[in-house]
Amino acid sequence: MAIQATCRQIGDVSILDFSGKITLGEGSALLRKSVRELIDGGQKKIIISLYDVDYIDSSGIGELVSAYTTVKNASGELKLLHLTKRVHDILQITRLFTVFDVQSDEDVAIHAFR
Amino acid sequence: MSAKTQRIEVTLETLLESVDLAESISMRIAEAAGFSEEELHKIGMAVREGVINAYNYGNNQDRRKKILMTIELDPENMTVRVLDQGKGFELHEIPNPLDEENLLRTSGRGLFLMRAFMDEFDVHTAPGGGAELVMIKKLPQKDSGNGTHQPE
Repeated sequence: MAIQATCRQIGDVSILDFSGKITLGEGSALLRKSVRELIDGGQKKIIISLYDVDYIDSSGIGELVSAYTTVKNASGELKLLHLTKRVHDILQITRLFTVFDVQSDEDVAIHAFR
Repeated sequence: MSAKTQRIEVTLETLLESVDLAESISMRIAEAAGFSEEELHKIGMAVREGVINAYNYGNNQDRRKKILMTIELDPENMTVRVLDQGKGFELHEIPNPLDEENLLRTSGRGLFLMRAFMDEFDVHTAPGGGAELVMIKKLPQKDSGNGTHQPE
């Protein structure tokens, strides 16, 4: 399944909805580009929704980490939303659950920004 | 399955497409060997990470170099070997991605995932100098009976 990303704006929160695989190549590149565009556009509150992403490899994980530091370095905040079981398990075994703010409810995620 | 070992060798180009191809081949073989869907996913992902390693780090994306993938099925194990034409490396020199100071690194998790998803994992330096990643998954246990169903 080809990777796709759409962006929604709710108040001052940007939500990136991804579907497909976030893997080496197209998937990782789209994630990087999408986050970069939001930061360059001055957005500081970003949610990456992974509801429809059931596959991520080490390159995709690296890109999520890169997104986290990119947003943080721009004095912004990044949250992950709606992890599928496989993405959840990978973040757990790589200990990245201790890094990311992971949410399962969109409204809660939106209101959890400082 | 016969006690004879079955072996397939695939020479892959150092291309991004080879990553998906290797994953797909390994999953088909694993499926034929009787692995569950969840185990298929783990095997496919481990192989994917092995070929990414060869593509990115071993062969440094040099299209003149090749990646050799060998898959063996014996009565007990599925063994996957991924050999690149790079300089090789020592496993103990690779930083642990779970260490606090490495959590925000954007690379270095592939070897960890291979180890996590397979039953055994090791790295050798091939005589020609490349790195050979060796991944072993135990085959699912089959009924040891005579093929007839036991009464419930």
